[in-house]
Amino acid sequence: MKTKISAPARKAWMSLLAQADEAELSRLWQAFDHSPDYSWLRPPEAGGVMVRGRMGGSGAPFNLGEMTVTRCALTLTDGTVGHAYVQGRSKPKAEIAAKVDALMQTEAAQNLRQAVLEPLQQVQQARKEARAAKAAATKVEFFTMVRGED
Amino acid sequence: MYVAVKGGERAIDNAHAWLAEERRGDTSVAELSLAQIREQMSLAVNRVMAEGSLYDPDLAALAIKQSRGDLIEAIFLIRAYRTTLPRFGYSEAVDTGVMACDRRISATFKDAPGGQVLGPTFDYTHRLLDFKLAADGETPEAATAPPRMETTPHITEFLQGEDIIEREPSSDTVPGDLTREPMSFPAGRAVRLQSLARGDEGFILGMAYSTQRGYARNHAFVGELRIGKVPVEMEIPELGFAIELGEVELTECETVNQFKGSKTVPPQFTRGYGLVFGQSERKSIAMALVDRALRWEELGEDNLGAAAQDEEFVLSHSDNIQATGFLEHIKLPHYVDFQSELELVRKLRREAQELAEDMAAREAAE
Repeated sequence: MKTKISAPARKAWMSLLAQADEAELSRLWQAFDHSPDYSWLRPPEAGGVMVRGRMGGSGAPFNLGEMTVTRCALTLTDGTVGHAYVQGRSKPKAEIAAKVDALMQTEAAQNLRQAVLEPLQQVQQARKEARAAKAAATKVEFFTMVRGED
Repeated sequence: MYVAVKGGERAIDNAHAWLAEERRGDTSVAELSLAQIREQMSLAVNRVMAEGSLYDPDLAALAIKQSRGDLIEAIFLIRAYRTTLPRFGYSEAVDTGVMACDRRISATFKDAPGGQVLGPTFDYTHRLLDFKLAADGETPEAATAPPRMETTPHITEFLQGEDIIEREPSSDTVPGDLTREPMSFPAGRAVRLQSLARGDEGFILGMAYSTQRGYARNHAFVGELRIGKVPVEMEIPELGFAIELGEVELTECETVNQFKGSKTVPPQFTRGYGLVFGQSERKSIAMALVDRALRWEELGEDNLGAAAQDEEFVLSHSDNIQATGFLEHIKLPHYVDFQSELELVRKLRREAQELAEDMAAREAAE
């Protein structure tokens, strides 16, 4: 059964899935152990997205270069549609991401959030913090040499 | 005249088989895995992604392995692969203001909010060979400190408060894309930046260095250099909203340059901009210097006839794949072309000789 989904909530989980480490996502998905029946609307295909930047960081846009992205779309037997757009060229990763996207719109959402999304979020946050902690240790602490005597 | 020549197939097949063997090298030495290249040759991987103009570290690692470490050959492989990918769309412009900075330094403000964060840099190393790396050594663990999770403001924002630096007018003009339309001149700054971002690091470095040595001098300070990951968002038509597709590591350089002002604008600093895939500091600083030099006309400066001010010269020669393609094609068979040249030179020599003999005969007769 489908539930009402808000765009910001869906954006948040799709973004999380797109950035997830494939091995991590795959492990959590298998542990969740609930593969739904589905049919492809669009089987996984790899492609490119042109990444844009802005002049001076804030001005007019320009095309910087492309990144690889894999996308797919599927439909569950109840008609729920799941989409995935994930960085890289992994078809299995896109497939899992689309299944998670679809199931998050059903009553499986609560369990799936606990079993897959929350652990992914924690791993991602921990990874970011670990890098930020190393960066923080390389911050320069200036001190002024006092010369002469008052 | 076109003459079909056959007979090279066996030689070519055997040459390629030998290439594969040489690529592998001594089989008593362990083979490199793509993960090893990706993780331990990461700056080579970054260069191949930047100049191949495709962000995919695994593909870049494969290209480096296949090309035996010839990075221009690897970039060629990536460019060729890129053309086979369907284009899903264009991302929203990335916001470098939310970058998770591994490194962030300013050469202009000591006490910049967010601090001077050195990151994993070669700066301040002594450039002495480290023989410990030749032996299997243990890697020392990086030190940590309480992480700063807030975003780091751009240095230019502080100068903008005083209006002492030019503003970058925000706009949503659709930029030209040189992978879709062939380049024409004047190219405009958006296409220039796209071209510089994928241009050859050595060429861009040489051009930038020429500006420092006095060819279109524009005295640059590195206002800010930052390296880190930013999320990439794209509007998904099926959904009707944008999602993050992933994240890319970028190096951004903003230079602060002198400008004496004009009739309409009081003296203020001007800007050059460099943005490159991966950790690629030299390239992004060089890109910012060349970007600034190419802006001479828009800023009302004199054309000093310097190469770095010549958009057509810079953009037409910065692409190492175009350059290598044209340069290296001259080693391929030109037998028929050469045959016609040979015959022409022989004919000219024959005519010259006949003329000389004619003159000699006439002089003798007189």
